[in-house]
Amino acid sequence: MNKRIAGAFAHGKAFIPFITCGDPSLEITEQLVYACEEAGADLIELGIPFSDPTAEGPVIQAANLRALSGGVTTDKIFELVERLREKTQIPLAFMTYANVVFSYHEGPGGEKTGEAGSGTERFIKRAAQAGIDGLILPDVPFEEKEEFDAVCRKYGIDLISLIAPTSKDRIAKIAREAEGFVYCVSSLGVTGMRSAITTDVGAMVRLVKKEKDIPCAVGFGVSTPEQARELAACSDGVIVGSAIVKLCERYGSGCVPEVRAYVKRMKEAAQEA
Amino acid sequence: MSKGRFGIHGGQYIPETLMNAVLELEEAYNYYKKDPEFNRELTELLNEYAGRPSRLYYARRMTEDLGGAKIYLKREDLNHTGAHKINNVLGQVLLAKKMEKTRVIAETGAGQHGVATATAAALMDMECEVFMGREDTERQALNVYRMRLLGAKVHAVESGTATLKDAVSETMREWTNRIADTHYVLGSCMGPHPFPTIVRDFQAVISRETKAQLLEKEGRLPDAVLACVGGGSNAIGSFYHFIEEEGVRLIGCEAAGRGIDTAETAATISTGRLGIFHGMKSYFCQDEYGQIAPVYSISAGLDYPGVGPEHAHLYDTGRAEYVAVTDDEAVDAFEYLSRTEGIIPAIESAHAVAYARKLAPSMGKDQLMVITISGRGDKDCAAIARYRGEDIHE
Repeated sequence: MNKRIAGAFAHGKAFIPFITCGDPSLEITEQLVYACEEAGADLIELGIPFSDPTAEGPVIQAANLRALSGGVTTDKIFELVERLREKTQIPLAFMTYANVVFSYHEGPGGEKTGEAGSGTERFIKRAAQAGIDGLILPDVPFEEKEEFDAVCRKYGIDLISLIAPTSKDRIAKIAREAEGFVYCVSSLGVTGMRSAITTDVGAMVRLVKKEKDIPCAVGFGVSTPEQARELAACSDGVIVGSAIVKLCERYGSGCVPEVRAYVKRMKEAAQEA
Repeated sequence: MSKGRFGIHGGQYIPETLMNAVLELEEAYNYYKKDPEFNRELTELLNEYAGRPSRLYYARRMTEDLGGAKIYLKREDLNHTGAHKINNVLGQVLLAKKMEKTRVIAETGAGQHGVATATAAALMDMECEVFMGREDTERQALNVYRMRLLGAKVHAVESGTATLKDAVSETMREWTNRIADTHYVLGSCMGPHPFPTIVRDFQAVISRETKAQLLEKEGRLPDAVLACVGGGSNAIGSFYHFIEEEGVRLIGCEAAGRGIDTAETAATISTGRLGIFHGMKSYFCQDEYGQIAPVYSISAGLDYPGVGPEHAHLYDTGRAEYVAVTDDEAVDAFEYLSRTEGIIPAIESAHAVAYARKLAPSMGKDQLMVITISGRGDKDCAAIARYRGEDIHE
């Protein structure tokens, strides 16, 4: 298990903000990371934008497109991580889609049937060198994880496993092989704010813990301090994406103090659990 | 390696939320495909409702004009709803019914798959919602009306490039949102396992009939089988029962758009690279960072940045050939078949006709060619007229 990720769950209930890299700019993303850390974030998910993010709701979809049309690339994000690591040791996880990893720097003129997955090795090696601790790929389920996980293990990155309200009997085998923490998807559907979360998240977490002593963080649909308190009470931490991305959309380059204040409120709420 | 592979292609690259749904689908399909009652019901629907078997028509004037191979047209355009899409849809909606689903959702590009799904949903009394790129709802406004007439709700998808790939993404998102009562009727031989296999099996009726019909008419197998390829469902259906017949050339015709040396193309095998998207590993049009490329073709049904995994594998092994056909060539072929045979093909199918016009003259008069006319072209008339500078509105 990656040491920094283990540390993220060592100070009570964790709060994990998600930021889409490059929205509104990489300079602001850098400031957001420092602000989130100061406000009490325990781990930060850095989203590498993808053209077709099939697990995202409208808010993060739009952020992905804004970032890409602003000229953000995976290489520029690696450089951002290197800059971050000069100043902070906060645990960092990339959240992106399988093809961003699998096809990293496969030149357009590359061999069509050449060595499959060499992009994966290039991406994960570069991410580890830059100082990334975890990788979250929402379109890579248990059945497909080995081609990514084998490389992650080699470079000391935790490939984070997800469980969903529909996982049921799959939770045990997913938990047994999970590393870092288990990402508990709170609701059906895609990312985005929800007024109510009806899944029995506590039951999902208990099924994980029965198999393996590993932290469980809950995400999808969380936006209010009340939700954070409630979900943190039955898990080890809370992940918030769309609500933060919405602040970036609304305040643009002035979003840093807004996000800082929001993260502080949410962290405090999670700690009250 | 996970299930559902065609060589290195295929797999199940989907959110965990959907995994139990595709596993249940696989289990149900494996049961019902061997169930005599299911097969009897499906055959009855295909024959009595969709009008199968479709004709294998000898295109005498085209054959004489091109002066080479003897050309047969496999007339999927004569099916109910006007395209091959109904073959797959009747199978999947019947399967969904057996699985006690009450609602079906589908993506559509040109609108043919959406219309077919809305049709089957009306017939089998299912709730139906169709997702269609906003741009395509404008290009194919009549099909939007048709779906609504059949009782379906049509959602115009605004995200991304507002075309077929975005419609697929949005339908997948909708499926993760509501799974218990809903089946996703995927329209092509793509997506996560078991969809590429299910769609291929339901479309394989095309080559099963072609083989029997040609053996009856000519006493032998064809030398070449041509079909257009977007995701590739009519092509895989046209190829399937000939894959083991080494002597039969299998040729998939992709949409080159304005040309494979331009950015305005949808020719995935000609210009794409190995990648992972929409649940599968296959070839995709993409940039050096794995961002999916915006693709272009005059044909809304071929305007997709990927290709089904079985085609990717048939390309790798060399068993099938894939060629690229431009908008201009397809439009010429659209007009050519209309004037030569009195058959207006879908602009998608016209891509296969276009390549046939190049290939047939180089073949001997004793050789046989089959072109699958995957759909009829009524839906395309206004767009082609505009392409030729005539301002026609539906």
